[in-house]
Amino acid sequence: MGKPRVAIFDFACCEGCQLQIVNLEEDILGLLGLVQPVEWREALSDRSDEYDIAIVEGSITRAEDEERLRGIRKRAKLLIALGACATIGGVNKLKNACDMEDVRRYVYGRAAAMPHLATEPTRALDEVVKVDYKIHGCPVSRRELGAVVRSLAMGVEPVIPNYPVCVECKLRETVCRYEYNEVCLGVVTRGGCNAPCPAGGGWCYGCRGLVDDPNVNAARDVMDKYGRTPADLQRRLALFNSPGAVSCPKS
Amino acid sequence: MSKILNVDVHHITRVEGHGNIRLRAVDGIVEKIEWQVPEAPRFFEAMVRGRSFEEVQTVMCRICGICSFAHSLAALKAVEKAVGIEVSDQTDRLRILAYGGEQLESHVLHVAYLVAPDLAGVNSVIPLVSSHPDVVAAAIRAHRLGNEWMEMLGGRRTHPVSFRPGGFGRWPSEGELRDLKARLEAVVPDLQKIADTVAALAHKLPRFERETEYVALSQPGVYTFYHGLIASTDSPERTPVEHFERVANEYVVGQSTAKWTRWHRETYAVGALSRFKLNSAFLHPLAARTARALGLDPSCCNPYMNSVAQVVEAVEVVEAGLEQIDILLTRGLRPEPLRKLHPKSGEGAGAVEAPRGILFHRYAFDAAGLCTEANVTIPTGQNHANIQKDFEALAPQILGRGEAEARLMLEMLVRAYDPCISCSTH
Ligand code: SF4
Ligand code: SF4
Ligand SMILES: [Fe+2]
Repeated sequence: MGKPRVAIFDFACCEGCQLQIVNLEEDILGLLGLVQPVEWREALSDRSDEYDIAIVEGSITRAEDEERLRGIRKRAKLLIALGACATIGGVNKLKNACDMEDVRRYVYGRAAAMPHLATEPTRALDEVVKVDYKIHGCPVSRRELGAVVRSLAMGVEPVIPNYPVCVECKLRETVCRYEYNEVCLGVVTRGGCNAPCPAGGGWCYGCRGLVDDPNVNAARDVMDKYGRTPADLQRRLALFNSPGAVSCPKS
Repeated sequence: MSKILNVDVHHITRVEGHGNIRLRAVDGIVEKIEWQVPEAPRFFEAMVRGRSFEEVQTVMCRICGICSFAHSLAALKAVEKAVGIEVSDQTDRLRILAYGGEQLESHVLHVAYLVAPDLAGVNSVIPLVSSHPDVVAAAIRAHRLGNEWMEMLGGRRTHPVSFRPGGFGRWPSEGELRDLKARLEAVVPDLQKIADTVAALAHKLPRFERETEYVALSQPGVYTFYHGLIASTDSPERTPVEHFERVANEYVVGQSTAKWTRWHRETYAVGALSRFKLNSAFLHPLAARTARALGLDPSCCNPYMNSVAQVVEAVEVVEAGLEQIDILLTRGLRPEPLRKLHPKSGEGAGAVEAPRGILFHRYAFDAAGLCTEANVTIPTGQNHANIQKDFEALAPQILGRGEAEARLMLEMLVRAYDPCISCSTH
């Protein structure tokens, strides 16, 4: 059996998740021993319609992109959603709190009605086609990305963590952001990133989506302990997880 | 029978984002030559409205994965101006230092991984791993260093978390700065090797000249990426960043979802070559020597030489970084705890030189500190019209070369600008 053929595609996004493949540095060479890249527009000029695994980055916001994604799904045996834009819609879903005509007018002014500037509410990939695996994060963790590709190349089921980010803060001995009187989403967000944001002096924005079964009581305890309300969490959650919690001002 | 030349590139490879090239010529006459951008707009300026001044940089850095530090810092400068936050000299120096890492990382990626395959006549960097193992290893080391430099000061290498209005959420230690200094010194031979290789291959860059307007930040005495006024080769005047809309004059065209810009003439160029043309007098010694060795001088009007200017800048940011670390360590690092910030209504603009050219952000906030207006003008957006004009000048010169070579020269021209196309549409 030959190496699985892998193709990488992107839709509306910043391509920061693909960049994490490049950021594997020397380790890419190891992955090249396991899989054969047959199409990756950002890095290679090779093209192919024959692939086993499609890795897809970005969100769907236009009819033409939906059609292209369906074509990719048809050709791929496995489809992996790469990064928050693909797994949950990412920051692109902030747009969904707004009126589509209004966002077009706000950005393009008098030219807004031109047909090539059309847009629809943002959708994650699994709102359009079947997704087999999700690699979470904005951007994805390159360690996890490497692990998932390695597992699939060897025919092993990849393990996607399902515990909150707080677990990783405790392991790294990071001082909790609530101690600085800040609101952090690590209490309800899926870990696996090794909690770089609180360690780097920021807070968790929930880019990996919620854990499957958020422990609401634990979250409420944290809120109570630090005098915070669920509304504080809601506001912050809106960035990656709940479009509509912040309403978009009309221009 | 008439002789027809068609070049039809759908989604050009080895660039960030989606662009198409269309050339059609009949009997030696160009009928159509177009640089098209069909990228899906994401509407960042519309969707950041309503977010707090404390998280604008977190949202807006997602415009671009390859220049997220540039977006984060331009946003912070605009926000701090709008809300009236002053940062210390130390914070300012640390941000400038952090930002050097992104220039190094991005330039090495572009030159070694995206442009070099064209010079070697291959499809990607993968075959170069075995054909040019030493220089690829040097490029990987330099790229890794750029990344780890960013991670040390920004908390992450893509979409930084340590940069916050007023300062840093996490302070580096003096030990970390000393470690970075040693690593910057150690990367110099790697950059030298990359420069030598580029010098040996530079004759493969097409000899094509088209003089245009070149725009970049300029600051007396500094080869600047961070502070300064807006300068142009077309005018001795310097424009404050507050008035960036007077420079960019954005407009919408049918062939692109990214807006185009124009200033003193039909189009202008931004990026490493523009910076070099305006600021090369202020390069550090080794960077200046590298420029001479590469045959780059400020009169150059060959857009393909932008990649060569990036090699010079990779050396420049390392030298400037070493100098900055020395200043910080001599003065002694004094960590500044984050101040409690108070929302305030106001409006402000900020600019930085992203690896691929000058970048502008503007925001307005209400009394609760929520964003009410946003406007962002992207380097690649400022280059699109200029690429179109280059195409129009280049196409008639390459009609006799056959489809494959014409196609390669057009693709290489787009790549030379190091475009961030999804960023330009945002
Ligand atoms: S998930 Fe984040 S890093 Fe990845 S493509 Fe989307 S915006 Fe960029
Ligand atoms: S709330 Fe945030 S900072 Fe605190 S432990 Fe959880 S993830 Fe870490
Ligand atoms: Fe814009």
